[in-house]
Amino acid sequence: MTDMTATMAAVPATARRKQVRYKSPTVRGRLPVLILFLPPALLLFTLFVILPMGEAAWYSLYRWNGYGLPEHFVGFRNFEVLFNNAAFSQALINNGLIILVSVLLQVPLALWLAMMLAHRIAGVVAFRLIFFLPYVLADVAAGLIWRFVYDGDYGLVAALAGFFGAATPYVLADRGLAIYAVLAVIIWKYFGFHMMLFIAGLQAVDRSVLEAAEIDGATGWQKFRYVTLPLLGSTVRLSVFFAVIGSLQLFDLVMPLTGGGPSNSTQTMVTFLYTYGVTRMQVGLGSAVGVVLFVICVTLAFGYKRIFMRHD
Amino acid sequence: MTLERRLAPLRAARLSALAAGMALFVGASQASAETVVKWLHLETVPAHLKMWEDIAAKYESEHSGVDIQLQFLENEAFKAKLPTLLQSDDAPHFFYSWGGGVLKQQAETGALMDLTEAMQADGRAWEKSYNPAAVKGLTFDGRISAVPFKMGTISFFYNKELFQKAGVKAEDIKTWADFLKAVETLKGAGITPIAGGGGDKWPLHFYLSYLVMRNGGQSVFENAKNNEGEGFLDPAIIKAGEQLAELGKLEPFQGGYLGATWPQTLGLFGDGKAAMILSFEHTEATQRANSGDGKGLALENIGRFPFPAVEGGAGAISDTLGGLNGWAVTKNAPPEALDFLRYLTNAENERLMASIGMIVPVALGAEDGIANPLLRAAADQLAASTWHQNYFDQDLGPSVGRVVNDVSVEIVSGQMSAEEGARMIQDARELE
Repeated sequence: MTDMTATMAAVPATARRKQVRYKSPTVRGRLPVLILFLPPALLLFTLFVILPMGEAAWYSLYRWNGYGLPEHFVGFRNFEVLFNNAAFSQALINNGLIILVSVLLQVPLALWLAMMLAHRIAGVVAFRLIFFLPYVLADVAAGLIWRFVYDGDYGLVAALAGFFGAATPYVLADRGLAIYAVLAVIIWKYFGFHMMLFIAGLQAVDRSVLEAAEIDGATGWQKFRYVTLPLLGSTVRLSVFFAVIGSLQLFDLVMPLTGGGPSNSTQTMVTFLYTYGVTRMQVGLGSAVGVVLFVICVTLAFGYKRIFMRHD
Repeated sequence: MTLERRLAPLRAARLSALAAGMALFVGASQASAETVVKWLHLETVPAHLKMWEDIAAKYESEHSGVDIQLQFLENEAFKAKLPTLLQSDDAPHFFYSWGGGVLKQQAETGALMDLTEAMQADGRAWEKSYNPAAVKGLTFDGRISAVPFKMGTISFFYNKELFQKAGVKAEDIKTWADFLKAVETLKGAGITPIAGGGGDKWPLHFYLSYLVMRNGGQSVFENAKNNEGEGFLDPAIIKAGEQLAELGKLEPFQGGYLGATWPQTLGLFGDGKAAMILSFEHTEATQRANSGDGKGLALENIGRFPFPAVEGGAGAISDTLGGLNGWAVTKNAPPEALDFLRYLTNAENERLMASIGMIVPVALGAEDGIANPLLRAAADQLAASTWHQNYFDQDLGPSVGRVVNDVSVEIVSGQMSAEEGARMIQDARELE
């Protein structure tokens, strides 16, 4: 929504002046379009976004097992239970960790690869494809594949450990290690997406500016630091934005890998919601998690857009 | 009333329009008017599925116009999806149930069909075809909530070859102390003593459940369940947790057991990589289905012994933990679904299912079908049971039950003390 207002604000001044002059015919001309095209979008948005959110907020004030109508009003009890729950705190920590790793490791990695793959050299398309492939794979399938890779009896990791004569690690069954194993899969799964964003961004960078820098005697690093990166700014900010929001909503990769275990050590907010809200039929508590998640997402999204993406 | 009547034709018209629209989509594929009976299950053993398909096919051939559709959901997905599914228009007509608090809750919400009238018609003809204890176990406040299907009991199964290799005799395991000693001996011989499915959690809650039963007996558990007396903070329950922690300290399970799912665990036992498994009555069949080579352990190589007694405990070794499974019928099921269920669970068909080692039957007159000696032993144990307790995680309902599962894993893996575990279950119980 903010994008739209931003682009509209960016309409050249001349056009705006014209708009003012012919105000009434334009509005009259637009009205049928509005009537024709707004309702479907508005209806779908209301039906599938606004309404469920409102419902979740309402359910979160009840103790309800999902059958019939919620009748047992408990006020903010569900939120109280939630914030006293150790597994939920762990989920919050994990979500923070995932955001950190995504932003500090995944995005730079993607940028580095994109720098190498943005040039037109032989075989570059094949490499782009290979790096992008994990992103195309369904999350659940990727999770299952990695479950096999990590398997301590038959997996790749076990075979590697055996080759070096080390004891077989049961990575996904280890409270201390499981979350790092999950993080590795997250990076593997999503860096290709960010890489593609950067490649697109890099291709839009004006060659002549880089040439000018070269003529001025800039080194490779200086060219990157003072020319490419600033020109790539909006793409980086967008990429970080996607990484943050994606990290907060992480679910389908974790479920086949660990299901949030062992001992809730790999729980994210959404797997917590599923485990404690859905499988235990505590719809009220689950909705409370949904509300918290929504508030965090909205705050981060709008805050980020306000602060970092103001000019994009 | 008047408004409703006035609206009725309108609604009918809209419905028929909708139906016409649907017919356009569905098209000619369903030209004949068939009654579809949707059957939701979680059976994974191919031979068992084949048996059901055969029974369904036979029924269909005898009743033209009935189409029985088997729908499958994996165990964990089944439990998670059911609440939503039951309230949708796409609800199955009948589905697998473990009875207990979960079934009671489903029945209370009105999602299920009350079977009392149907079962008690014609001088209780239908009801009388089953073992009375089975019907009683699926009855809440005098209303029958599911069609009985099978009974079962959890006990230890062991690999005779591995026991012999380590010099452990199953006959000698009478008490919990004996059991711990056997675990140590097996471990000393370089054999993984027990296959445990910590990833799915519930496979490990059998240990805590049995220890609670052996230590406290029926009254302690009933009190805890009803939130009376000391509830789950009863000393007997805390002692059970301590004994479980003691077992955990011996590291009796395979490496990475905290991430292992139940099928993996069965496979491990079937592959001969662990000496024991605490499991269901039909383990002989499931270990075969989940083993690496599809053959698993030979029947002669598998032994069975009941969960050991606890010295000084109030429970008897003849008390059994296990299932009483039935088929819960949803409220919109067609009469054909009931008729088919009666057919599926009649003595003849239950005998057939018993003959392939699938079930311990509940239909009277079907017991003689059991051919498998391990299943026979389970049936005998059940027949002599002094107290048959349903699985804790089903009996206590979804929210408390899942906490029991969590706590079992945490205690056995040394992450939580017995007191903390008991407190956590009690807290969940008080929130109910």
